[in-house]
Amino acid sequence: MMLLETKGLTRIYGGLRAVDKVDYTLAKGEIHALIGPNGAGKSTFVGMVSGRIPISEGEVWFDGENVTALPAHARIQRGMAYTFQITAIYARLNLFDNVALALGKRDKATVLAALDRVGLADRASRIAGDLAYGHQRLLEIAMGVAQNPRLLILDEPTQGLAEGEIEDFNALIKELAGDTTILLIEHNMSVVMALSDEITVLDTGRILARGTPDEIHANADVQNAYLGTG
Amino acid sequence: MNLDARSVALHLGLIAVLIVLGFVLPTYHQGNLARILVLATYAVGYNVLFGYTGLLSLGHAMFFAAGMYGCGMAMHLGGLTVIPAFVIGLICAAALSAVVALLALRTIGVAFMIVTLMFAQSVYLTALYLGEWTGGDEGFVIAQATRQIAGYALTEPLTRYFAALTLFAVALLITARMMQMSFGRVLIGVRENEERTRMLGYDVFRHKLGAVIISGTIAGAAGAGYAVLFGYVGATFASVQYSIFPLLWVLLGGMGTTIGPLIGVAFMFYLIDYASGVTNAYMLIAGAALVLLTLFARAGIVGEIRNRWVPWLP
Ligand SMILES: Nc1ncnc2c1ncn2[C@@H]1O[C@H](COP(=O)(O)OP(=O)(O)O)[C@@H](O)[C@H]1O
Ligand SMILES: [Mg+2]
Repeated sequence: MMLLETKGLTRIYGGLRAVDKVDYTLAKGEIHALIGPNGAGKSTFVGMVSGRIPISEGEVWFDGENVTALPAHARIQRGMAYTFQITAIYARLNLFDNVALALGKRDKATVLAALDRVGLADRASRIAGDLAYGHQRLLEIAMGVAQNPRLLILDEPTQGLAEGEIEDFNALIKELAGDTTILLIEHNMSVVMALSDEITVLDTGRILARGTPDEIHANADVQNAYLGTG
Repeated sequence: MNLDARSVALHLGLIAVLIVLGFVLPTYHQGNLARILVLATYAVGYNVLFGYTGLLSLGHAMFFAAGMYGCGMAMHLGGLTVIPAFVIGLICAAALSAVVALLALRTIGVAFMIVTLMFAQSVYLTALYLGEWTGGDEGFVIAQATRQIAGYALTEPLTRYFAALTLFAVALLITARMMQMSFGRVLIGVRENEERTRMLGYDVFRHKLGAVIISGTIAGAAGAGYAVLFGYVGATFASVQYSIFPLLWVLLGGMGTTIGPLIGVAFMFYLIDYASGVTNAYMLIAGAALVLLTLFARAGIVGEIRNRWVPWLP
């Protein structure tokens, strides 16, 4: 059963086809990595899936429903969660208030539990903007997880995380796997290889390849276009 | 005490102090404070939109005036008693704010300020143009005898004071409660990061719409209260000056704080009162004080207190 499906999804900026007729499916419960060079259209693609970026052409289906015409908030209400590539937290509010807004309730135990999943429970009363960059990323992840989504979209979540934090992140995602379907944009190949059931490679707005981590690793096109390891 | 309990204690404590002041203040200050409380109600309404939602309106005088004219004309021309006339004032302000919100919220940023300014100017000009009913520039006086509720004359100073306090207390408690509920929290989210709030699944437009209507209706309640308690309705209250006042009061008192609006109004009222006793150029002194405050207390009086000493202040 497919949780997410796009048909001919396209985004045009002026003359640029940032995302070009992408047909994509994501099965329930899977962890799927979306990789590709900078400017490949990854953020634009998930932006259109979540409703943040207007669609030029094509359709988005979520859990059997055509959500193309729905505004972002309505898609989120149907069970998507979105974490931004460029950290988008409430910088002037404390961590408790950040997570409470993500949860939609201010129940103390629930909020602290959500913060605890990324190891920030002891900082609940700190102002989010005062945190180190890596901790702000973790807060953003905690806000996505707190929504208890059916589809969690993570746009380069490990950017700016320290080595140990990346390990904790991997553990958190493995914990969610099964209940939550995860669409992960990620540059760190060891994270991609450790977590994903399947990988899609995007290049200049189109799908270049799709397969298991092993298949992608062995794919000559991908080697040339992206991995550059030869 | 948890946060909510402290907040309740603060607001009820403030109201208790105001009740005591009603009995102990000399007549002159009691009259001043009654006026301050009505204007603070206006500022409380303005603060919902500006302080908590982050939307800067330059046209709130139209909502104040809608309540004032709606109520005043219902009494003056329609012969209604205070309570039904007050309700009509509320309905006028709520209807006007709904219409303005639906049109102005299609714009963002600077455009929102300009659209609200233009709407307010139209309301002002309409009040002047319909001089036959509104009294135009001169306005009209509401007959003393009609300004009473169940035999209690609102012209009597102590009664008037407690009527003004009731108006203010209701507005204060409604907004304080609102800011503890999900709706109010989301307004703060919209103010702090609109995109993030939308991407958490909140309907930002509907929340802003609600904020404009609540803000405009409270402003209208203040306008209706002013008409009833002070007996005068005039176009000055619809002028741009009365759109700027609440902005100054809220900036002074502390935007996004529940008690800041009252502090801001009281501070400015007594500043001008004091300065005008010292010199004819009293607006200069008031202006200088405002400049000093914006230089050294950017978050406003209550905002600075919150930032420095009392972080839990609602
Ligand atoms: N708002 C925009 N206006 C114009 N071009 C854009 C805009 N956003 C992205 N692009 C362009 O679209 C392409 C895809 O960008 P993006 O989706 O951010 O790539 P990725 O996330 O894969 O690095 C890039 O060439 C980028 O410059
Ligand atoms: Mg990107």
